[in-house]
Amino acid sequence: MSAVHQIDIHHVATLARLALTEEEAVRYGAQLDGILTYIDTLTRYDLGDVELTAHAMPVEDVLRPDEARPGFTQEEALANAPKRFADQIQIPKVIE
Amino acid sequence: MLASSSITSLRQRLTAGEITARDIVLDLAKMAEFRNAELGAYLSWDVESALAEADKADLSLPLGGIPIGIKDNINVAGQPCTCGSKILSENYRSPYDAGAIQRLRAGGAIPFGRLNMDEFAMGSSTENSALGITRNPRDLERVPGGSSGGSAAAVAGDMAVAALGSDTGGSIRQPAALCGCVGFKPTYGRVSRYGLVAFASSLDQIGPITKTVGDAALLLNHLCGHDSRDSTSLKVDAPDFTASLGQGIEGLRIGLPKEYNISGIHSGVAARTKAAIAQLESLGAILEEISLPHTDLGVATYYVLAPAEASANLARFDGVRYGHRSAAAADLMEHYRLSREEGFGPEVKRRILLGTYVLSSGYYDAYYIRAQKARTLIRNDFAEAFKKVDVIVSPTSPTPAHKLGELTDNPLAAYLEDVFTIPVNLAGLPGISVPCGNVDVDGKQLPVGLQIVGRALDESTVLRVAHAFETAQG
Repeated sequence: MSAVHQIDIHHVATLARLALTEEEAVRYGAQLDGILTYIDTLTRYDLGDVELTAHAMPVEDVLRPDEARPGFTQEEALANAPKRFADQIQIPKVIE
Repeated sequence: MLASSSITSLRQRLTAGEITARDIVLDLAKMAEFRNAELGAYLSWDVESALAEADKADLSLPLGGIPIGIKDNINVAGQPCTCGSKILSENYRSPYDAGAIQRLRAGGAIPFGRLNMDEFAMGSSTENSALGITRNPRDLERVPGGSSGGSAAAVAGDMAVAALGSDTGGSIRQPAALCGCVGFKPTYGRVSRYGLVAFASSLDQIGPITKTVGDAALLLNHLCGHDSRDSTSLKVDAPDFTASLGQGIEGLRIGLPKEYNISGIHSGVAARTKAAIAQLESLGAILEEISLPHTDLGVATYYVLAPAEASANLARFDGVRYGHRSAAAADLMEHYRLSREEGFGPEVKRRILLGTYVLSSGYYDAYYIRAQKARTLIRNDFAEAFKKVDVIVSPTSPTPAHKLGELTDNPLAAYLEDVFTIPVNLAGLPGISVPCGNVDVDGKQLPVGLQIVGRALDESTVLRVAHAFETAQG
C-alpha cells in the first residue's frame, strides 16, 4: 500500500495483466501516489452539475452498410502471430 | 542538397525536369547513412522499396515524387511498425496502409523510413523509446522533444523533407518547437486514425512536421477527409489550405491567455514569445488579453483521461495475435502477464497502471468521471475565448529542449512540460508550432516555438497567421 492514496499496486497490476517485479511494484506505487496527488487538483472545483465530455467533437453511433468487403486472407491474418500451429494461433492450454 | 529543401521547391524542380524522384530518395538515403548514427531519428528505412515507388511516381500529382518520413506508429503495408516498443519490435510487419498513408499515396507521395518515438507515443522527449536514443540536431546533448521526436529531428536535421507525426497532448507541436521546425495538429476528426496505433483515442490526431508553413498546408490538403473506417472521422469537406497563405493578418484578433504567465516559463522563451507577439501586432493584428480560467486543470485532466484510454487500448497487446510472446508462461494468465511485463517499457507500464487504477471499481467516479467533467470546463473556456478572438497565441513549450536524462526520474515534472499543448487536445482544436527564434543556453542556440491555436475546423486561419509570421521573420 502506498502512502497517501492507499493504492494496492499488486491488485492494479493483476487487473492490468502485468507481472511486476517487487522492485517495480515499490517504484510504480510511489510514483502513482505522487501523480495522483497532483491529479487531486481536480477536487479544487465543484464539478457536481457539469456535463461530461468524452469527445471534443460531437460523436454519434455510426453504422456502416452491412455488405461484404474484402478482408485479410487467412495467411495475412496469421502472419504476425508469434506462435502458430496448423494454420491457427497457438496459445497455452486453457482447459484441463 | 535536396533533403534540406521544402516540398514546394522540390515540386518545382521535379516538374521542371531538373531532378527526379529517384534523386530525392537517394539523397535522403545518403543523409540517413551519414547522420542517423549520430541523431537516431530513423529506426529503419528501406531504400529499395522507396526507389521502386519513386521510379513509377506520377509527377503530375500535387505531392508526386515527394518522400515523407513516417512516425513508427502509423502502419505502412509491409513495413515495421514498432511504436518504439520492444513488444512490436521482433517481427511485426504492417498488413495494410493507414488511411493517412493511402491519402498521401493518392497525392503522389512516397512513405520513406520509420521514425523513432516515445514508446506508444507516451512521453515528451523520445527518451521513452525502447529502441534507441534520438538527439536534437541543434545540440546533440539534448532531447528532440516527443513523442514525435524522430519526425522532428529528421526534418530539422535534413534527413527528411517532411514527416508525419501524431499528437495526443502535444506530440507534434512540442518536438517541432524544440527542433526548430513547423508542426501542425489538425482538428480532432479531420485526419483518419485508421491504421494509427491507438494511444488515447479521443485525443490522438495525425499531422505533418515540415520545414515551412506552406508545406504543412500542402500536406494537410492530402491528409484531411472522411474515412468510414474511423468512426470519429468528421464528415466535412476540407478547403484548399494553401489558399490561406499570403493573405496577411490585418485586423485579425489574437488572444493572449492571462493564465499562461506561469512561473515555470524559461525567461528566454518568454522573451521570444513577447517579441513574436509584437511582430504579429506590427503586421496589423489586434491583441486582446483573454482568460482560460481552467488552465490549471489541463494537465491533471489529461493524466486521467489519456492513461485511462491507453490502458484499454493497450489491452490488445496480449502476445496472441501479434507482438512479443513470453516463452516462460505455463498457463494463459501467466502468458498475458509475462508477455506484457517483458514487452512494455517503464513509462508505458506506469501509464497502464495509472489508467487501470482510475478506471477500477471505487475510483471511477472520483477520477475518470471528474476528469470528463473538467474536460467540459476546459472546452467551454476555449468556446468563450473564441467569441472574442480568432486565434490564441502562446509558447508551445515553457522551456527549450532539456538535456538527455535530465527528467528521467521525475515523470511528473516531465508531464508539466505539456501545459500549453494539452488543453488544445482536450478541446479538439487545431494548433501549429512555428519557429520564433532561438535562446542561448550554455552557448548553444536552442529553438523556441510559437503555438497558434484556432477554432475547431478553422485550420485556415491558423495557417494564415503562421504564414504571415514566418514570412515576416524572413
